[in-house]
Amino acid sequence: METILTSLAGGLLQAFEPLNLLMIIFGCTVGLFVGAMPGLGSVNGVAILLPITFLVPPTAAIIFLAAVYYGAMYGGAISSITLGIPGASTAVATVFDGRPLAMSGKADQALTAAAIASFIGGTISVVLFTLFAPPLAEFALKFGPPEEFALMVLAFATFIGLGGDDIPKTIFSILIGLVLATVGLDIISGKPRLIFFDMSGFLHGINFLVLAIGIYGIGEMLWTLETTGGKVIVHKVRMTWRGFLANVGSIKGYIRSTSLGSVLGYFVGTLPAAGATPASLMSYGLAKTFSKDPDSFGKGNVAGVAAPEAANNAASTGSMLPMITLGIPGSPTTAILLGGMIIWGLRPGPLLFTENPDFVWGLIGSLYVANLFTVLINLAFIPVFVRVLTLPFTILAPVIFVLCIVGGYAPTQTMHDVWLMLLFGIMGYLMRKLNYPVAPAVLAIVLGPLAERSLRQSLLSSQGDVLVFFERPISAVCIALAVALMLYPLFLAWRRRKEREAAVSGKEPPRE
Amino acid sequence: MSVRHADLLMAIATILMSLGLMWSSTDGLAIGWVANKGPGSGFWPFWLAVGMLLCSITTIVRWYLRMTPESRSDETYISRDAAVVVGTSVAALFALLAGIHFIGTYLALPLFLLFYFRVVGRHDWPATIMLAGGIPVFIFALFEWALQIPLPKALTEEWFYPVFDIMYETDYFWIFVLGAFALLAAISFAVRVLTQRREG
Repeated sequence: METILTSLAGGLLQAFEPLNLLMIIFGCTVGLFVGAMPGLGSVNGVAILLPITFLVPPTAAIIFLAAVYYGAMYGGAISSITLGIPGASTAVATVFDGRPLAMSGKADQALTAAAIASFIGGTISVVLFTLFAPPLAEFALKFGPPEEFALMVLAFATFIGLGGDDIPKTIFSILIGLVLATVGLDIISGKPRLIFFDMSGFLHGINFLVLAIGIYGIGEMLWTLETTGGKVIVHKVRMTWRGFLANVGSIKGYIRSTSLGSVLGYFVGTLPAAGATPASLMSYGLAKTFSKDPDSFGKGNVAGVAAPEAANNAASTGSMLPMITLGIPGSPTTAILLGGMIIWGLRPGPLLFTENPDFVWGLIGSLYVANLFTVLINLAFIPVFVRVLTLPFTILAPVIFVLCIVGGYAPTQTMHDVWLMLLFGIMGYLMRKLNYPVAPAVLAIVLGPLAERSLRQSLLSSQGDVLVFFERPISAVCIALAVALMLYPLFLAWRRRKEREAAVSGKEPPRE
Repeated sequence: MSVRHADLLMAIATILMSLGLMWSSTDGLAIGWVANKGPGSGFWPFWLAVGMLLCSITTIVRWYLRMTPESRSDETYISRDAAVVVGTSVAALFALLAGIHFIGTYLALPLFLLFYFRVVGRHDWPATIMLAGGIPVFIFALFEWALQIPLPKALTEEWFYPVFDIMYETDYFWIFVLGAFALLAAISFAVRVLTQRREG
């Protein structure tokens, strides 16, 4: 405990260094903007901005990107409340009560509650993060290649079991991400692999940013251009100092459900497939169940805004826990951060705590500071962010396209990758329209090289005996959990069919 | 084209993709066990591609049995309105990338932005001039100057020699960047005044 406190103090000091503090403030502001714009979420912001962070040292870069991630979680609420459109998928649940509040002229109350709840969620989750991360990393130090591989299988299995998308299409998405990661020179034998049409551009492999910016930058913009046909109506927000104090005073009404939602959000956030969107929906449901007045939910209850906002902020911190301690990202956004860490020459995983303590504790310290700054910037500039939402999409879209193209060129500096990025963007757009989930592919292309190496090392040391994954206790548990997760949808389908049969034969009335 | 048709076409495309990946994984690489060396270099991609193939076949079977929402949907896959806006954007992006190859980033970018703001967005001239000029200046300052990543310039390479001279030999390059922005602002202001006078 004492070591944690001293390390944390060091991290906080680091966060207050001028460059890092500047990065936090800048990142929070950009994140709030990114989160507030419909069509842009934390993952899009982080993917598009990652190439630009080569400007600063790795610690400052990850602090900036983490602040963007954080700010985007706050910002999503702004458009959910004032436009009635979630600014990011993570703020869907905020619309349920945020919209009715805004329609009845209480937009300022909803926005203040969202900001304060986000702060509560952020604070609780950062404290949990600080307590859980060091022991988990220490535990993970015992992991060998079989455990690493089993853990990655588990991470992918969460998409199959909990992702909620079409299962064959989810598995396809995972596999294509893994295959794309193998393009280029084989790390073990040094042989060139999958050099399509003998193009030399494939020799250096497919950088994960090419796929990530293609899908989350270009593909997402095409998707948003298609969906934002109608006109948007911005609700007027009038902020007064007295009203603000009254709104702050009303925290008492929702602090319990909000705190509960934060803890829930944190743990849901650590799962790779779950993340902030389901966490906020679950937290909303929880707040409604435990409320004394559940009927008022959906009609403009402030607790219905606070609970999901606390949960999505907590989940974003939660998703960093497996990234920092195990090297397994907890969300698509942290997958991109993980890819960035590899570019910066850091090896993600348990060794990070012992080898790069400055980096890890600097990041943790910055989360505390970012949380504070985001709530202040958010509350101070709510009217400005509301104005920004009226920016026509035909101005934003080309600017994002340009940033994507120059950003896709920056890491490898070949036009080959930029063309590939455009291709991935169009493919991603077309496949997304057919319900192919895209997040598993991005996670897979980042984890692909690590997964292949650990699989081949394990098989090599066991002389090709697959049983190695079942003989070691930790990996056996992971594999067993993964199998259970993969079978879970089958179990659900079986139960649904049985219920339907029972309903048809009339023996038992169907439940819901 | 309905969503149902698109779903089948996409599944066929993914089958072809999987077969192509399986074929290229065997291209001179071992997909099985290599004595004393462990799994061959083609092992991992080959069996992953086999998995992709199985998933695609399952999708087709489910499509045939109408088990998924997409396979039952008769809605249009891409509506006419969406096709226009998405198609224009994709075409403009293709033109932008081709432009970067032949006329360089710093000519292609303003042209792309000009097209997008004027033709797609129908914004007025002052805003178009400010943004279509300002964004490339910003990109230049960010990439060439701050990040030191040269973007492809093709035949405009020589035009930048004097700019690079200023950039590398003085410490006051930021004055020139601000100057460029000020110039653009002045032009767009002048255009605004002129157009207003004509209308008045």
